Amino acid sequence: MKRIITMTVNNRPGVLNRITGLFTKRHYNIESITVGHTEMEGISRMTFVVNVDDERIAEQITKQLNKQIDVLKVVDITDQAIIARELALIKVAVTSATRGEIYTLIEPFRASIVDVSRESVVVQVTGESEKIEALIDLLKPYGIKEVARTGTTAFPRGSQRAASSNKLPFII
Amino acid sequence: MAANMKLEEKVTQKTTMSGADMLIEALKAEKVEVIFGYPGGAVLPIYDKLYNSGVFHVLTRHEQGAIHAAEGYARISGKPGVVIATSGPGATNIVTGLTDAMIDSIPLVVFTGQVASNVIGSDAFQEADVVGITMPITKHNYQVRDIHELPKIIKEAFHIATTGRPGPVLIDIPKDMSVLEAEFDYDQEIKLPGYQPTMKPNHLQIRKLVEAVSQAKKPVILAGAGVLHANASEELRTYAEQQNIPVVHTLLGLGGFPADHPLFLGMAGMHGTYTANMALYECDLLINIGARFDDRVTGNLKYFAPKATVAHIDIDPAEIGKNVPTKIPVVGDAKEALKQLIHQNGKPADTKAWLEQLNNWKKEYPLMYKQEPGTLKPQRLIEMIYEYTNGEAIVTTDVGQHQMWVAQYYKFKYPHRWVTSGGLGTMGFGLPAAIGAQLADPKATVVSIVGDGGFQMTLQELSVIQELNLPIKIVIVNNQSLGMVRQWQEIFYEKRYSHSLIPNQPDFVRLAEAYGIKGLRATNEEEADRVLKEAFALNAPVLLDFHVTPDENVYPMVAPGKGLHEMVGVKL
Ligand SMILES: Cc1ncc(C[n+]2csc(CCOP(=O)(O)OP(=O)(O)O)c2C)c(N)n1
Repeated sequence: MKRIITMTVNNRPGVLNRITGLFTKRHYNIESITVGHTEMEGISRMTFVVNVDDERIAEQITKQLNKQIDVLKVVDITDQAIIARELALIKVAVTSATRGEIYTLIEPFRASIVDVSRESVVVQVTGESEKIEALIDLLKPYGIKEVARTGTTAFPRGSQRAASSNKLPFII
Repeated sequence: MAANMKLEEKVTQKTTMSGADMLIEALKAEKVEVIFGYPGGAVLPIYDKLYNSGVFHVLTRHEQGAIHAAEGYARISGKPGVVIATSGPGATNIVTGLTDAMIDSIPLVVFTGQVASNVIGSDAFQEADVVGITMPITKHNYQVRDIHELPKIIKEAFHIATTGRPGPVLIDIPKDMSVLEAEFDYDQEIKLPGYQPTMKPNHLQIRKLVEAVSQAKKPVILAGAGVLHANASEELRTYAEQQNIPVVHTLLGLGGFPADHPLFLGMAGMHGTYTANMALYECDLLINIGARFDDRVTGNLKYFAPKATVAHIDIDPAEIGKNVPTKIPVVGDAKEALKQLIHQNGKPADTKAWLEQLNNWKKEYPLMYKQEPGTLKPQRLIEMIYEYTNGEAIVTTDVGQHQMWVAQYYKFKYPHRWVTSGGLGTMGFGLPAAIGAQLADPKATVVSIVGDGGFQMTLQELSVIQELNLPIKIVIVNNQSLGMVRQWQEIFYEKRYSHSLIPNQPDFVRLAEAYGIKGLRATNEEEADRVLKEAFALNAPVLLDFHVTPDENVYPMVAPGKGLHEMVGVKL
């Protein structure tokens, strides 16, 4: 099962190394990591997506992360109502015949074309990972030349009442 | 005006100093009595300032010796051990010791030199990525990038090393940082929002545990080194007596509960006593205090305490539920938790029948070995040392069979007398650790019991023992082999003794003499008795080479993959 863990950390040299080293040491597999500044100076937010089925291991991960001196707060937000977003750039092969088709196809995904050349276009899409997978699947038949994905960044929604909202259809 | 300027100058003169001076001032502020180290290029500015500083520095003969000595010092004194090593090879030589201290929760503050800031990353002479290398084997580490931060970093390092679950903290100091000057302010407050160890246990969990004890028929306490780190031996005894609960120890916990106490069942685990292991197997309530359910203690987890409700008191929340599902988690300091439990004074468990059963097992299945007249049995040797020292000596060991025999036959009565490498099982630990232990308690009798294999990994430290005239009794349990390896090969590899027999060991007595230390040898019990008497009468270091029966095995034993109830070698 995919779990999303977010944390705030001191923005110090080597912190990312500390965290990824811990994952390696304990044999946890990372699907994706995102790191960026927060509203507080000197503090960064990291979002991890990890694949673990065992509850005990999931608990170990947050506990071990918590032990790091530079980690300020760790939350496994998997079971909370969350906003999770990823951005992807997808370079798709086009011909004059398929160009129009691709424009229509990406429309419901609220994706946009951010670069155009004679043989390809670059599609930019944001959303939950599943939405991005779905778009990639649809674009595959045209010939995908390159994909760059940022990995998921996430945090809990303002209101936790709708705890099931992360299971709503992904296109919003 | 001129007078004013003079005053200002004075004030700044007082508080501005070089990084090397800061380090020495910080050591003084932390009341560090001794540091263990080895010089080299990157720490020369620091060594220059040490020269007239009055700080007591022990020059070991290898950096590994320095860090194990610091570990021994920390275990006995309860204070952090301090180490200094140079960049590159100096720093990589302490990697084993850092890992050892990390896994056994020993507080250390380690300073390493580094190449100058402007060449870091250029593969300069004696450069190594020490922060990277030591990240997973330190509780925390730092590299000094701004001289203004050095006082704060040192202060944090001592704080982190000694609080919560103790551990090693390393500070990597680029050479220029030792020379640069800045203001030294050591009175600043420590602000570590990401590090707030829980000391006081949750009252609700304590209540749950009190309730569980009152219902239990077969409770047992598994006490680990956490009890010693928390200085909670008194409380452990009071609590066990108040509630009538028997106690077993982990290897590292030995001494936390008096071995001659009627409620003591012995050490648990791979070479634990029958009674301790069966108590863990049969119990209905297991109270783990400051142990981390290491695999050498639990055996196969599938069969571990299968009938028990598990309660676990630990200062490190990550240890709770890591290996064994835990019904009653108590995060906090062992001393605090035990105090609260004693204070609750709950209804004691009705353990009459349980204690009777345990006592029958103790009588039926004591530790035993075959006597053979005219020889020297290693187990007998440990018993003799116990007798000579009245069970009150500080004992350090290396790793292997002799270590297990000491754990079994040296019945520690008091806390903080036992120094061994548990989690990492580091050969070469015993001799240097004894140096630190003796310096921490100069009046104590210190016996360092080592194997003929492991002794040769750090024997260069004999030089330090001689130089400081530390009256350590070095006992080599000489079985002409890497005994523990030989034992496993005998049992699990059909006696194919691949590279574990060493019939041509050096003459250890003459080796000792070469270092200026008295050497004695014994090959049977009578001689052993004589040389022990001679050695303990001397207030000087003595090396004793005991030729024991070489094919002895450590029993009882729980083979890897087996449950604690599946011990072999329980009876002769
Ligand atoms: C540094 C290191 N290398 C290898 C081992 C594996 N090992 C464990 S016990 C042992 C044999 C130790 O022999 P010796 O020091 O003679 O002690 P004995 O078992 O004979 O008492 C070895 C090689 C270890 N624990 N540490």
